[in-house]
Amino acid sequence: MPRLKVKNPERCIGCMSCVFACARIVHGVISTDRSAIKVRTTGGVIGSEFAIITCRLCEEPACVHACEYEALLMEKGGLKFEPEKCTACKACVEACLIGAITFDEELNKPIVCTHCGSCAEFCPHDVLEVET
Amino acid sequence: MRVLTIYLSEQKAEAEEQKELFEKYIGGDGVAAKLLLENCPKGCDALSPENPVILAIGPLTAAFPTCSKVVAMFKSPLTGELGESHAGGRLGAAMRFAGYGAIVIKGRAEHPVYISIQNDSVFFRDARSIWGISSAYTVGKILRGVEPAPGRRSLIRIGPAGEKLVRYANVNVDTYRHFGRLGLGCVFGSKNLKAIAISGSKELPIASRKKYSEAYRELYDIVVNTDSLKKYHDFGTAVNVNPLNQLKALPTRNLKASQFEYAEYISGEYFAENFLSRRVACTGCPVGCIHIATLQIPFSNGFEFETKMIPYDYELIYALGSLLGVPMGESVLHLIEEVDHSGLDAITTGVVLAWATEAYEQRLISKRDTLDVAFFWGGVEAYAKAVRNIVRQPNEFYKALARGVAYAAGKYGGEDFALALGNLEIAGYHTGRANIVGHIAAPRHGHLDNAGYSIDQKALKKPMKPEEVVDSLIEEDYWRCFVNTLVICLFARSVYDEDKIKKALDALGATCEKDFVALGKEIFKLKYEFKLREGFRLDKVKIPKRFYETESSQGMLREEEIKEMLRLYKGKIEELLCSK
Repeated sequence: MPRLKVKNPERCIGCMSCVFACARIVHGVISTDRSAIKVRTTGGVIGSEFAIITCRLCEEPACVHACEYEALLMEKGGLKFEPEKCTACKACVEACLIGAITFDEELNKPIVCTHCGSCAEFCPHDVLEVET
Repeated sequence: MRVLTIYLSEQKAEAEEQKELFEKYIGGDGVAAKLLLENCPKGCDALSPENPVILAIGPLTAAFPTCSKVVAMFKSPLTGELGESHAGGRLGAAMRFAGYGAIVIKGRAEHPVYISIQNDSVFFRDARSIWGISSAYTVGKILRGVEPAPGRRSLIRIGPAGEKLVRYANVNVDTYRHFGRLGLGCVFGSKNLKAIAISGSKELPIASRKKYSEAYRELYDIVVNTDSLKKYHDFGTAVNVNPLNQLKALPTRNLKASQFEYAEYISGEYFAENFLSRRVACTGCPVGCIHIATLQIPFSNGFEFETKMIPYDYELIYALGSLLGVPMGESVLHLIEEVDHSGLDAITTGVVLAWATEAYEQRLISKRDTLDVAFFWGGVEAYAKAVRNIVRQPNEFYKALARGVAYAAGKYGGEDFALALGNLEIAGYHTGRANIVGHIAAPRHGHLDNAGYSIDQKALKKPMKPEEVVDSLIEEDYWRCFVNTLVICLFARSVYDEDKIKKALDALGATCEKDFVALGKEIFKLKYEFKLREGFRLDKVKIPKRFYETESSQGMLREEEIKEMLRLYKGKIEELLCSK
């Protein structure tokens, strides 16, 4: 299974091209919210470093453990989300300390990264990579 | 798209769908010009509550690479006529996702406030606790702690210069970008408006997912994978220092010269090799042209350092570097920092200080006026003190400097070397005729309207007659008026040709039936309508003698020739204004 990796976070220029790519290609909208990858400024000593927040595909995913309805599953080393089983309880959102799963209030479903690599394809500064 | 009108005096806001307005004028420049004409009463005082602030974006904003800018329009407190300034950062995308094509701000708050816009909600917050803070950067840091939506919000704010009504105060946009020119920060200050925080989480519809993805990919590929915008990413605009210097076009020591013997030490290459620490980008722009230098300044014997992050660009290096005879990049960065934290327009500040230095040399002003600041070329400490005094305005002299170079020279003399055209201090290109004529005649007196400097450089290769120069300027003026309705970053103007713009609009279902140039013309006309209404007269603009005394890229310039070109330009405008 391919796996998205934030390879060089320090190289991020904060252009959000990855965010727009996820929204456009995976979710079919123009948005900074409906995206499984988020870019935030963090302030800090040198002004504004960027935090790239996305699913790291944990070996033992806390989100999968937290889901009581088997809507989130590990399958062949990848994360699988079955929306029809999801009850919108947000347990997965709370389980992920990284904040990689956000909740889409409009769709009433969590936004789960599929590790498709669309975001990495549109990163101009070599921040993201897909491991296969 | 919706227009949000904010009434500061009553602390209320209302949003209205303005379909026809956006259908007719697309967005950006066109919508802003129309809203300015409607909302700004004729002859109003630019510092009165009647002067509105208009912010506008376009249909491509946040939807395509490099469509990242916002147009601001207002009556300029510096020139008394059209005030127009553009900025990037996160503002365009934030407006888009909050659901507004334009924002109109009217009135004056009773005490300092800032506005927090979160989707459909508008909150008026007491800003008294952040009024008077010495740095626009600090204000940003404080607001970051209290406002929601990090990463997708925009925080725009004024520094002390805006509060103190310096006529060329700017508005800082997300720390490293600005509404720089023509005094928007001063208008904010006059309204008791310290800042605007805006964020939104709305989604934009796509007419055709396939068409959109294709159009996006095509544009992204050109922007990222070809050389078209490479120079803006690599060295940034500072790359222009060396070539302009070689061309005898780099205004030096108040344009007593057009070449600077230390150009190498303030060049884009020098900054990149010695100070560049990172690049950042506006939302939705993969170029990353914002160049940030890191300066480490020791403050004790114990290896302690102040670490400063300072953004730089060509115009700042010209205005606070060569124009002031500052021979080292480090010193230029110190001045940029001082000016930027104060919230002043760097170009105007540099020109004002350059005039003051020459006026001091010629004894038009004395130490009594300057409060013991001894101006000399390259005297960075004196300049930094003067910048603080321009903000504080402790006496008549600094009050005059705070009103711009034309006003100061009118009062103290030295008008022949006060580098303003139409009351706006000049950008850094002594390339020749088209630059001067373009500065004067362009709707916002900016080199950004018609790139006269670029036409001058073309004319070096193939000589152009005055008529040809004027025609080229006007053609560019019209086209940019159109491009600015979409508020595509002008750096990417070569990428977005008619065909690509059509494809992009089509993919969003926002097709424009109009002829692009005809629409540009119409908007040019609207802007001139405002200028003329507020008293601008092309033939009344004085051209300081200095422009004719210093060799340009095209050699010595002749007054008669420039006047002739202005006459031709005026004829064209009159023709346009009479046409239906």
